[in-house]
Amino acid sequence: MRKGIVQSPTINHIQLVKKENVADTLADQVQESALKYFRIDPGKTKSGKIFTIVQPVSEHYIRDFAYQSLQDTIIHDVYINRLYQSDQYQSYLLIAKLPGLTDDEGISAQKAFIDLLNPQDVPDTQWIFTQDIFYFEQALTESQLQQLAEELLGNPLVNHFEYGSFNGTVQYTPDVRLHTSDDVQSIDVNVPNEQLQQLSRDLLLALDLKEMQAIKNHFANQETIRARKDRGLSAMPTDCELEVLAQTWSEHCKHKEFNALITYTDRHSGEVKTIDSLFKTYIKRSTDMISKRLEKAGQHWLLKVFSDNAGVVRINQDKVFIWKVETHNSPSALDPYGGALTGIVGVNRDPLGTGIGGGKLLFNTDVLCFGPPDYQKTLLPGQLHPRRIMSGVIKGIEDGGNKSGIPTVNGSVVFDDRFAGKPLVFCGTGAVMPARYNGRNSWDKIIDPGDRIIMAGGRVGKDGIHGATFSSLEIGDHSPRSAVQIGSPITQKNMSDFMERAAAANWIKSSTDNGAGGLSSSIGELARIPGGAVVELDRVPLKYAGLKPWEIFVSESQERMTLVIDPHYADELFELAGEFEVELSDIGYFTDEGFLQVLYDQKTIAWLDLDFLHDGVPKKQLTAEWQKPQLSEPKLPEITDYNDILMRLLGRFNIRSREDIIRRYDHEVKGKTIIKPLMGRHGYAPQDAAVMRIDFDSHEGLLISNGIKPRIGDIDPYQMSANAFDEAVRSIISVGGRLPDLENGHDLFWTVNDNFCVPDSVYHPQNNPDGKIKLAKLVQMNEALYDMATFFNIPMTSGKDSMKNDFIRGGTKISVPPTILYSMVAQTNDYRQTVTAEFKASGDLIYVVGQTYNELGASEFYQLFEALGAHAPRVRPQEALRVYTKMMRAHTDNLLASSHDISDGGLAVALAEALFGGQFGADIKLHETRLPGYAQLFSESPSRFVVSVTPQKQQAFEAVFGEDCHKIGRLTQEPRLKLSLGDQPLIDIQVDQLLNAWRAGLEV
Amino acid sequence: MTDGVRALVVTGYGINCEEEMAAAYRMAGAEAKIVHLNEIFSGQYRLQDYQILNFPGGFSFGDDLGAAKVLSNKIKYKKTVRGHYLIDEIGKFISDGNYILGVCNGFQALVKMGILPNIGKNFDQEATITFNNSGRFEDRWVTCGVNPQSESSFLNDLKLLELPVRHGEGKLLFKNEDIARSVVQNHLNTLSYVDEQGKPTPHYPQNPNGSQLNCAGLVDESGQIFGLMPHPEAFLSLYNHPNWGWLKRHQTEPDEEGQGLQIFKNIVQAVAQSEYFVQP
Repeated sequence: MRKGIVQSPTINHIQLVKKENVADTLADQVQESALKYFRIDPGKTKSGKIFTIVQPVSEHYIRDFAYQSLQDTIIHDVYINRLYQSDQYQSYLLIAKLPGLTDDEGISAQKAFIDLLNPQDVPDTQWIFTQDIFYFEQALTESQLQQLAEELLGNPLVNHFEYGSFNGTVQYTPDVRLHTSDDVQSIDVNVPNEQLQQLSRDLLLALDLKEMQAIKNHFANQETIRARKDRGLSAMPTDCELEVLAQTWSEHCKHKEFNALITYTDRHSGEVKTIDSLFKTYIKRSTDMISKRLEKAGQHWLLKVFSDNAGVVRINQDKVFIWKVETHNSPSALDPYGGALTGIVGVNRDPLGTGIGGGKLLFNTDVLCFGPPDYQKTLLPGQLHPRRIMSGVIKGIEDGGNKSGIPTVNGSVVFDDRFAGKPLVFCGTGAVMPARYNGRNSWDKIIDPGDRIIMAGGRVGKDGIHGATFSSLEIGDHSPRSAVQIGSPITQKNMSDFMERAAAANWIKSSTDNGAGGLSSSIGELARIPGGAVVELDRVPLKYAGLKPWEIFVSESQERMTLVIDPHYADELFELAGEFEVELSDIGYFTDEGFLQVLYDQKTIAWLDLDFLHDGVPKKQLTAEWQKPQLSEPKLPEITDYNDILMRLLGRFNIRSREDIIRRYDHEVKGKTIIKPLMGRHGYAPQDAAVMRIDFDSHEGLLISNGIKPRIGDIDPYQMSANAFDEAVRSIISVGGRLPDLENGHDLFWTVNDNFCVPDSVYHPQNNPDGKIKLAKLVQMNEALYDMATFFNIPMTSGKDSMKNDFIRGGTKISVPPTILYSMVAQTNDYRQTVTAEFKASGDLIYVVGQTYNELGASEFYQLFEALGAHAPRVRPQEALRVYTKMMRAHTDNLLASSHDISDGGLAVALAEALFGGQFGADIKLHETRLPGYAQLFSESPSRFVVSVTPQKQQAFEAVFGEDCHKIGRLTQEPRLKLSLGDQPLIDIQVDQLLNAWRAGLEV
Repeated sequence: MTDGVRALVVTGYGINCEEEMAAAYRMAGAEAKIVHLNEIFSGQYRLQDYQILNFPGGFSFGDDLGAAKVLSNKIKYKKTVRGHYLIDEIGKFISDGNYILGVCNGFQALVKMGILPNIGKNFDQEATITFNNSGRFEDRWVTCGVNPQSESSFLNDLKLLELPVRHGEGKLLFKNEDIARSVVQNHLNTLSYVDEQGKPTPHYPQNPNGSQLNCAGLVDESGQIFGLMPHPEAFLSLYNHPNWGWLKRHQTEPDEEGQGLQIFKNIVQAVAQSEYFVQP
């Protein structure tokens, strides 16, 4: 230990700037982007990083720290308490974090300080902060600088800015200074209806009148009054109690609309039906039915569904697979980077906190829906441009995945104007956990009275307070600033490393994550198992002083898990945590008394009956009314230039290469990724399902896919959902997956996460006049889910619904199209038997597998003509099953040289994509059929593939497929795509030209 | 004959390629132990019980302060429980004839600690690894050519290697021209990014970051220390290669081994044959 480090009471600044002879890549990028996106020419640009140390430290230690810990002598010049200034630069821009937001780089600098100087008596809160500074050659105007600050380099919800002409000093420090007020108020809910509603609005509770009345009635109940009086509690609920109820009863946590009683009227047939909970009627019932069938067939891989943070299925005797996909839409609309980052590190914690916990995180998958990057409409106040949302979200996923060492192996991006208000950001994580810890099933959550409640990981601040209730509201003018937060992948990586070890040592009894609703939600949920819990909030470590007790309880500060431990193992657990530099706090214990009790300084500030907390929320009643849209097929102009059509299709945002995004994600860390998103000679060829191996000493693998088709819903919401389901299934079949088989059981699991993202579907005569139709669409999407799942015996194991995807400003509303994403994982015994999508060699024969129909509604081809059409592609389950069964046989018999599913853009696009993997061309001859040529080429009928077969296997292949395969040509050495219909040549173009059109880039 | 060869694989703080690296050593016939860096500081594990010290890839401390900066600071400035600096224990480990491998973040750490290229023999920092010319992280496969004049057991019998790079900060810069010249003169630039003709190239994307000398990997003069930006532990199986579908089809002799594994086999072999190695 060194003494005397803490001395002079000044704030110290250390600045690093690049030496003149070293490239300043960051500054160059800023200069380029300013010009490109904002037509602002800042001239030569220079960047700098400022470290602000708010602890008093004597000058000579500051120098040691600056020169030894911070400076890279080869590239940095160092300035101490005198910032870089030069006449060369006329203007500047400083970007700092707002108080309380994650500043990982400051924390890392602080760790480096401690490693170097080993100081005594420094506080355990943050006292080194970072700020970025940019110097511009040109004297940019205030408004130009403001635009660069707010639209390119920062976000007013996250950052503090200073700009203008630099005077050499920085005043701002982002340390949080709050006046502590740990008062607990009781709130009078014995008031008339209008005041109840006002209360809900004022406190951002997001509860409706019936829910507020339920609370009022509970506290007016004689038993409640007596019990509270006996305990010396206020008759009226405390602020903490109201907040806990609001969190627990939020749409996010209780899925009130998915559990509502729905009256559904079909306006065409006049039929009226009642649906008591979409979740129970379609989602849970389909899985229950499949589960029974599987059990009857002697297959026991479906282990845990819906009841934990993630579903669990069995890989083999020793291992189970856990996974979860969910959304983080609203935060991503406000702060795309932080929203997506917390989305991905947040969903990591679901498999990590399933059952006992401590599973090894194996992969991420992300599906994103944005407005188009060239969106031209005027932006509403607070609405970010789609390009900016996209680049922020992608950076967030990049950091969230890469810095956690989890490969992002698969995904999809969909563009549509209606995602320009709220993007959809689906994040998923799969993990592998030992099947047993110390003889216990790892997926069971066992908690006994007396077990300790341990909070692990990050500290608690004001971050994300009201996140759960906020996500249940549309984005409006009063969206709370505290809903924005930034994750810290490094904090979580340390924690997940620690949990894996601790679980393996049998020191963890159960665990769960702290997500929406924070501790109130995680402990409130866990408390149901033993029947009660006591929490001591003053034992929760804080990022900074000054939080109210209820804020501590509902804060959604990231990177925290709640662990349940037998007190017997506390010492070992705390010691291991010390080694991994993970902070643990013992904050209470479980009981069987039936109450969630919260203490602060030994005073009870909340005491809630668990039954009321979890089951007291009144059931919603909603109305749905179906009326078909009035649609017609377009009158297409005569198509003369198919080369041009194909080039334009390949360049469409929904089809063009995602390489700009894919390469920013590490998709092969862990060394287990077998089919990556892009494969082939130059890594250009897009693939269907991702394939991962599970271990280095076996050949077992996972096949991972997604299906999403929002546009079809404009014609037929049932088919939209069915097509999305089919897309996910056929991607897995394409690479070599096997459907569940009840007769000749192969015991290979399938597991699905369903994610519904819909606009507000609750009817309101003024605010949401078409609410009934929207709800009818949601019902139909669920019907398709049920039909498809039970037909193929592919079960939902977990999922999520996001119900208010609307962006409202000043009377204008941008609503997402009702969307469902199916994310699937299937097991394979041998990843070496999988097949990639790109063609392999000239001379191979090319086939279309499956039947093509004239159903181009919602196709990319029709969209070239700005038409929607009336005939949506239909999933024909029997036909799909027949084709898939043949594909499975072809895989088993090793008959396929390549297989690529036919999706957006139809056959023509699939052919082009499969050609991008090598250096050859294709000679294609389509037969004249009843279908018009454009339908053969561009129809997006589901359940189809383009496959290639070596000539030696032609006979065997055709014998398997019969009428379900159509030989269309062969691969040639000449790198051209030549395609004719009967005698009529339609396409003749170099593959390189197609490739260039397709690789037009997304500029993220 | 490789019995008793022991590889220590460091993890913690956001290092994340430790498992595949340990798997690589096991496939190569060695024992591998994954150890949190703090377990070395606390004395639970000792370098002297191993012959190969490995710094795998990852994002130690989230790349804050520059990739591997905080990690290398810790090794240079933080004392172990026995009161030594870890960097001194590493110096002893090297002079005892042992080997060190650093990949990606591990290579960045070796360079920032001055362990590579270490021309001055005093662990002064002589180079750095900083932001790619593209300014962004990228995952892509590159071809690396082995400097035929380099002497390092790690690269025995290897001429061209296809491996993935996965980094945002992979551009190697030398402190000055003298250092760069010494590196070339002593053939320490053992691995270069090459074009389709196998020639070192400054052109993107074959050269993914714009490194000085087109350098993808360095050895020290003893040949005992090897660091590289590409990931050999990510190519242990043919099925890691992005073009495995084609390779499998056109391969005359089916070989499911990935090229990256050869580096680990080489070094395990070298240890087993080393004069210092005492088989247990």
